[in-house]
Amino acid sequence: MKFSYFPGCTLKNKAKDLDNYARKCAEVLGVTLEEIENWQCCGGVFTTAKDEVATKLSSVRILKDALKKEQALVTVCSACHNVVKQTNYAMQNDKEFAGKVNRYMAEDEYNGETQIYHYLELIRDVIGYDKVKECTVNPLAGKKIAAYYGCLLLRPNSVMRMDDPENPSIIEDLIRAIGAEAVVYPYRNECCGGYVRLEDAKLSDKKSNAVSESAKKAGADVIVTACPLCKYNLEKSGCEIPVVYITELLAEALGVKEDTNE
Amino acid sequence: MQRIGVFVCWCGTNIAGTVDVVAVAEALKKEPGVVFSDNYQYMCSQAGQDLIKAAVKEHNLTGIVVCSCSPRMHEATFRKTAAAAGLNPYMVEIANIREQCSWVHKDVPTGTEKAIILGKAAVAKVNLNVPLTPGESPVTKRALVIGGGIAGIQTALDIADAGFEVDIVEKKPTIGGKMAQLDKTFPTLDCAACILTPKMVDVAQNEKIRIFSYSEVTEVKGFVGNFDVTIKKKARYVKEELCTGCGACTEKCPMKKVPNDFNLNMDTKRAIYIPFAQAVPKVATIDADYCNMLKNGKCGVCSKVCAAGAIDYTQKDEFISEKYGAIVVATGFNPISMDKFDEFAYNQSKDVITSLEFERLTNAAGPTAGKLLRPSDGKHPEKIVFVQCVGSRCDACNEKGKEYCSKICCMYTAKHAMLTRDKYPDTDVTVFYIDVRTPGKNFDEFYRRAVEEYGVHYIKGMVGKVIPDGDKLIVQASDLIAGKQLKIDADLVVLAAAIEPDKSARPLATMLTASMDTNDFFTEAHPKLRPVESPTAGVFLSGACQGPKDIPETVAQAGAAASKVIGLLAKDKLTGNPCVAQSNEMMCNGCSTCERVCPYGAITYEDKEFRMPDRSTLIRRVASVNPAVCQGCGCCTVACPSGAMDLKGFASEQIIAEVDAICK
Repeated sequence: MKFSYFPGCTLKNKAKDLDNYARKCAEVLGVTLEEIENWQCCGGVFTTAKDEVATKLSSVRILKDALKKEQALVTVCSACHNVVKQTNYAMQNDKEFAGKVNRYMAEDEYNGETQIYHYLELIRDVIGYDKVKECTVNPLAGKKIAAYYGCLLLRPNSVMRMDDPENPSIIEDLIRAIGAEAVVYPYRNECCGGYVRLEDAKLSDKKSNAVSESAKKAGADVIVTACPLCKYNLEKSGCEIPVVYITELLAEALGVKEDTNE
Repeated sequence: MQRIGVFVCWCGTNIAGTVDVVAVAEALKKEPGVVFSDNYQYMCSQAGQDLIKAAVKEHNLTGIVVCSCSPRMHEATFRKTAAAAGLNPYMVEIANIREQCSWVHKDVPTGTEKAIILGKAAVAKVNLNVPLTPGESPVTKRALVIGGGIAGIQTALDIADAGFEVDIVEKKPTIGGKMAQLDKTFPTLDCAACILTPKMVDVAQNEKIRIFSYSEVTEVKGFVGNFDVTIKKKARYVKEELCTGCGACTEKCPMKKVPNDFNLNMDTKRAIYIPFAQAVPKVATIDADYCNMLKNGKCGVCSKVCAAGAIDYTQKDEFISEKYGAIVVATGFNPISMDKFDEFAYNQSKDVITSLEFERLTNAAGPTAGKLLRPSDGKHPEKIVFVQCVGSRCDACNEKGKEYCSKICCMYTAKHAMLTRDKYPDTDVTVFYIDVRTPGKNFDEFYRRAVEEYGVHYIKGMVGKVIPDGDKLIVQASDLIAGKQLKIDADLVVLAAAIEPDKSARPLATMLTASMDTNDFFTEAHPKLRPVESPTAGVFLSGACQGPKDIPETVAQAGAAASKVIGLLAKDKLTGNPCVAQSNEMMCNGCSTCERVCPYGAITYEDKEFRMPDRSTLIRRVASVNPAVCQGCGCCTVACPSGAMDLKGFASEQIIAEVDAICK
């Protein structure tokens, strides 16, 4: 199975592990991720300003490229996924917006035809947890792992439609599939503070601490996330337990992790 | 040739708003057979019906086409009109130009064009109609009530009061249903047991009523007036006729760790149990999943202590066949599971409970003997937070809840809050709500009393999260009026869980061929005018199986369902539907295709003697339809490979004439 793949800027520098292990694990699980050529930034945030078109054009380009190859698009960064998926939704449902965007585009009209999977959805809906179990060579038995969703992965639910935003289970199900224990804690879907860190680090610390404290109290050894910004904020705010990317953990279970520090 | 009259109804503006009724009447006047055509504002009214009757007489009409609403609405009305005018009622055809035309089209030209086409089809059909005479079938003068909660109890008592026999089938060991678990009832705060248990005793003592407790309906055959029902009496391992309900066995049974479902598993019972002291029938039941004697043959204590000799470890499920004239569904409701709502920490903390659990905690016969104590540590909760609409009024894209309002939660939450403040004035009580919905006699006054006299804090806004923190619960919520995010401590959180139909309702609906909505509530024959009848003849609806309801409303509906049953059972014979299948024996080749597709088992085969042209006789196997069982669904007519099956009133010839009229 081949899919178009959009890593996004952060995954090319700060979050190389998220990207690197996403590809490796996909290969093990029988899926090839073909990186879109000459991609640009997803747009950073999905602005809800009515007249904002320019920042969304790059997302539309990514989606069009996948359509040209007749492939579904896979993303892995929570923030990129949120922007690309919301843009695609707007292309499907907001005629005025789609009209403006299409007038910018040189080629054929695009109306949101591309199917988008977040990496977690790819595993759940295409690959299946049974396959993950089958390919797990290094089950992480006894490891207590706390899934941290953040806000961008699941919200707004009417667009993302990935999982119940108030009571999600998609990451926990994957954690269980690789043999580890999923620690369910109350703050797993709260915001880390996001970009507020730039302006008010204290507020961001407060939000991030609430998350890491909650996970620690629930007995977690490690926190996993799919979002580089969440990881950054948790670590910056002094989280006492390690924060790793979900793909890194998966790589460990599938036996394709390079680092042998552990 | 028929002499047909066409009557176009305006239905006020319902039809006339999008259909040019005058143009329709004019256009249909030119159709073959039509000798009279007119329009009127409300054809179903007395004046409208008189107009039809007068036209029949004046123009010697032999057939009638009414262009109006759906035949489900007024076909019966216009058939009566025709009969009153001396016509055969089956010479009437309805062209549905409301639901299938004016209501779905927006502009007058399209609506009018379609109305004319529908009218033409009906005219084409009436041209081929022949007078039909319905047959008659007898009525079994006994009713079956499925479900023994307050709805079933009230229906059964009312039917029995009119002198008819009633059987109640209840799947639990006792009747009483959810009401038996409640503490007090709004808005008058009388104790549920005090008003329910006398009714349960009335049921037990009424000679006309039989109770099949711990039983389920497993098969329903037949039709209105003549249902054949199979009831499974589940083995309770106690002989009902011998058990005196003394309770000795329930005290001596050594198996003490059986979750007590009557108290919502908040305490335990024995493996042999009587659900509660006022149970009807007051007979013990053995839980086979926990009884050591049944599981491995070691014990037998209950048998030894039973003075009446009622214990029977060899009892088997028993199947009983009974005949009924009418069936009332009263299968009730359940609170939904909180598994998908773990943001409220129901599975993480014992101190997050549902409202029904709260009822048991405040009930004198409950696990805490009526003292409001926290399930986790038995301490008195000083701060209680109630969360309304948990799983009710959910967003359609949110697949975990229900879109509908559960209707009873606002009132019972106000009741819980008020009673808590009344009994424990030191307790701080907060209620989070989306809206407070308290229409009903003395309902809003009740809610306002909770706020104004009892000082319950009502906050408009939803709770996002409940966080267990040591022996406390942190409630994260929003106050929409103050525009603030809140974090408040609580000792106990009570979730007003949405209610849903009982799980047994769906398979039962299949057995009864009764229709349900997308939420598995039974559908009524008409939402306003026939609220207690199912569209399936002879099947009636009582209580929350039809939609969320409080007790006053349930009792009212139960009585209404009973009166419909009484009306049916009071008849000695029922007029059947003459639109049944009929096989043309000369064409039938005895292939059995129709027999296989018939959902009602109305078709049998018989060997018949036929005279051949050369005077010899030939015995052939041909289909024969039992008109009393046939429901006129028409499956056989389309399945028959030789075209021998036809449906009276809907003959293939008539259907083709309609299609031709539409296409020409």
